[in-house]
Amino acid sequence: MLLRHTPEEIKERKALTVNPAKMCQPIGAMYAALGIHGCMPHSHGSQGCCAYHRSTLTRHYKEPIMAATSSFTEGSSVFGGQANLVQAINNMFTIYNPDIIAVHTTCLSETIGDDVNQICQKARDDGKVPEGKHVIHCNTPSYVGSHITGYSNMLKGIIKYFSKSTGIKKDQMNIISGWVEPSDMKEIKKIAKEMGIKIVLFPDTSDILDAPQTGVHAFYPKGGTTIPELISTGDSKFSLALGEFATDAPAKDLNSKCKVKFKTIDLPIGLSATDRFIVALSNAADVDVPECITEERGRLVDIITDMQQYFYNKRVALFGDPDQLIPLTELLVDLDMKPVYILSGTSGKVFVRRIKEILAESVPNAKVKNGANADLFLLHQWIKNDPVDLIIGNTYGKYIARDEDIPFLRMGFPILDRVGHSYFPTVGYAGAMRVLEKILNLLMDRQDRDSSEESFELVM
Amino acid sequence: MENIKKEVLPDGEMVMEDILAKYPPKVAKKRSKSIVPNDSSREQSIQSNVRTVPGIITQRGCCYAGCKGVVLGPTRDIINLTHGPIGCGFFSWLTRRNQTRPGPEGDNYMPYCFSTDMQDDNIVFGGEKKLKEAIQEAYDIFHPKAIGIFATCPVGLIGDDIHAVAREMKEKLGINIFGFSCEGYKGVSQSAGHHIANNQIFKHVVGLDDKRKKGKFLINLLGEYNIGGDAFLIEDLFERCGLTLISTFSGNSSIEQFANCHTADLNLVMCHRSINYVADMLEKKFGIPWMKINFIGANASAVSLRQIGKYFNDKELSRRIEKVIAEEMPAVEEARKEVMPHTKGKLAMIFVGGSRAHHYQGLFAEIGMSTIAAGYEFAHKDDYEGRKVLPDLKVDADSRNIEELVVEKDPERYKPRKSQEELNKLKKAGVRMKEYDGMMPDMVKNSFVIDDISQHETEMLIAKYKPAVFCAGIKEKYTVQKRGVPMKQLHSYDYGGPFAVFKGAVNFYREMDRTINSKVWGLIKPPWDSSPEITATFGSE
Repeated sequence: MLLRHTPEEIKERKALTVNPAKMCQPIGAMYAALGIHGCMPHSHGSQGCCAYHRSTLTRHYKEPIMAATSSFTEGSSVFGGQANLVQAINNMFTIYNPDIIAVHTTCLSETIGDDVNQICQKARDDGKVPEGKHVIHCNTPSYVGSHITGYSNMLKGIIKYFSKSTGIKKDQMNIISGWVEPSDMKEIKKIAKEMGIKIVLFPDTSDILDAPQTGVHAFYPKGGTTIPELISTGDSKFSLALGEFATDAPAKDLNSKCKVKFKTIDLPIGLSATDRFIVALSNAADVDVPECITEERGRLVDIITDMQQYFYNKRVALFGDPDQLIPLTELLVDLDMKPVYILSGTSGKVFVRRIKEILAESVPNAKVKNGANADLFLLHQWIKNDPVDLIIGNTYGKYIARDEDIPFLRMGFPILDRVGHSYFPTVGYAGAMRVLEKILNLLMDRQDRDSSEESFELVM
Repeated sequence: MENIKKEVLPDGEMVMEDILAKYPPKVAKKRSKSIVPNDSSREQSIQSNVRTVPGIITQRGCCYAGCKGVVLGPTRDIINLTHGPIGCGFFSWLTRRNQTRPGPEGDNYMPYCFSTDMQDDNIVFGGEKKLKEAIQEAYDIFHPKAIGIFATCPVGLIGDDIHAVAREMKEKLGINIFGFSCEGYKGVSQSAGHHIANNQIFKHVVGLDDKRKKGKFLINLLGEYNIGGDAFLIEDLFERCGLTLISTFSGNSSIEQFANCHTADLNLVMCHRSINYVADMLEKKFGIPWMKINFIGANASAVSLRQIGKYFNDKELSRRIEKVIAEEMPAVEEARKEVMPHTKGKLAMIFVGGSRAHHYQGLFAEIGMSTIAAGYEFAHKDDYEGRKVLPDLKVDADSRNIEELVVEKDPERYKPRKSQEELNKLKKAGVRMKEYDGMMPDMVKNSFVIDDISQHETEMLIAKYKPAVFCAGIKEKYTVQKRGVPMKQLHSYDYGGPFAVFKGAVNFYREMDRTINSKVWGLIKPPWDSSPEITATFGSE
């Protein structure tokens, strides 16, 4: 047994986290900044933060993650990191020539109280920021919130620096995306295109973190939201924010800064959430839903019809980020499955309320927990006490899955042990079909493996 | 190395000028001291273990990473508790591939991540209370025999005294609890963390158990982390030779082994950088000599085993060592012959670690490949130039704050394993105790030695030399491969391996054949693209 010390008996913990289901803010800020064209994230802290975040993002996306660090030493921790950051900005523009440097803080620079806004201004005043180039920043103390908070904070920083209102509205809408794969961002753009809606999607890591192999390393791949697009978000008619935890606050900021009305909905994962996404798009842009999307939806429902008998009443444990878990739980309910344990390390009261609403009729006794001490150790204990048929979550779930011999679907971040997740979407109707196929394969492989010889079936 | 023709390597000084041209003058000046076109026929000096320039994309991590990753990270029967916000614990959770064999009943906390998950109120009001509670909760649930506490950046800044907490809780719970002040900002790289880890394990664990194990030849293996199962292969070899392994710092290791390690009669140092402190302290306090060995590469492994044989000066041991080498070599030769036609004459670059960038050069040489650029991520001058530079090393502001333990002879337990006379005799017989010449003397003229290589320098080297393979870590992996150049991770082995000793060498030969000659490198160019071929034939003249 790999997790041999995990007892069935659950003791309350207040101080000890074991096997966390969240990361810290800066990695989220780094990922969000990578979705801006020509942008280089910068970690204002010790080298280790940047090294850890780059390593984790690289292992998940299997792509170059270019980011720099202020390389704090003991001296800079005592005297402040201004000299380090100003020098870093100068070096990055000189050597790596980004259009934008996106600075985020760390627990170190926050604890010593570095005023990053002032330091960035000093870099500008000192002429360290070339004409037409930008330094933006956000505060991401690692001891507040989670990686999702950091992602959200970087989006707020982007809006603060770039979004401008000229007073003349453009015939376009913003889609502010929560933390999803580059393939998902591509799918969102595809759907908008099919509906004939001009959008600015931000951030947009497609064509950056799924860049093709060409024999040439593009330091700044062609994808990402461009500066003119970001500026124009202030003139958009409407913002659709996908995922309340990651994008509601940025959408609010954009509304108060540039009077861009917004609606926050779930990430379009699964049938119902995609339905709401399509309706929201259709309403906001005042366009009809095209036939091709209706057909795609029909195909998804057809597949559910075909698969439903295998899903019925299967018990599922899920962990990950709230914005994914909420629509995913809803999808499982749509499939007649029973999401019995839902857990996230990211705090926020909305999470439990939303999940409870979704499960009110189908699984009223589901265990739902998020925030402090909501960790994989607890999830494992729940499973030990009353097992499930399927676990869904990031790669760390495989230890529980192996010990308890339970089929395991990798979804979320980070996925460190497989290739492909960043290339195929899980959002939209097409994404839902893929999720369904994966779940079904896991359940059927299990049935094939476990069935006796006489009940082993050719046709299923 | 004789198979590189001189004209293959352009003049190093000129290449260096090109590399530095893009840097602002101050950065260029600083970096120029860390980039050396190698010429071992003359006095050479490389700047290392100095601060990375802010804004330069570096391979380096932090003190915490070095401290938690080394010594206790790969040790299974201790709870390693990170005191800090959640990230540090999360990102160091199971990511280093240190394998371990706890047996069916043994303790194994390595698949777990323990953290105090500090929140803003802990930063404002102090985190000691939460740390104590976390230790108590860990004890109540797991009943471990030991708990290590690892400090992250904010801990030192807000002044939490983890050592006082450790003492108090050790007293209260009656198990071994100790702390590591390895805040990320200390030192200039992971290296400071290695030193801190060495110190604390020596202070709090080494020497706690005096029981001498059975066996004629008792040894410790220092600086072997069992990535991908390397240590398992080495253990097997030792057993077949009749050597008794007391402890490995740290791979497939346990706290109990460390407590007992001072009973050994010889220390073998694999990774010089990360663990030489423990080797030195074991010698000073207990009289155990150490020798630098290298179990990467079949030739180096055979040489290392024979040195061990000479040290113990026992005919039967030497006979068994020769027998084992003879048993292992046919498979090695067979694999070598098989891959040689595909690898001979090709160029490699290696930028990792504290010793690997040196060790792997021999392994490459065995399949006819030359290492034309190499460097370390967190090494010191002695790892490049040899221990002869140690007396003249200046301690700078960043190293001064890392504790240097004052170790004295143990009044009862100090027992020199060899007399001075015996040591002199060994030296005459070619057994080199406490010596290491470093990487640079082993490298060919005009090859490049670069400390703490940056992203920009990596790109320039690749563009200039078009190596057949570039070795580094995960952060460098895809920037290299996007250029159509095969990349091999030498931290994680790309999840393959083991690569140590003889069986590992066979794995590595075949792995290199696969890496360099995979069909994919010929598929990059679409048939409709008429631009000249830029991939697939690198270095294969």
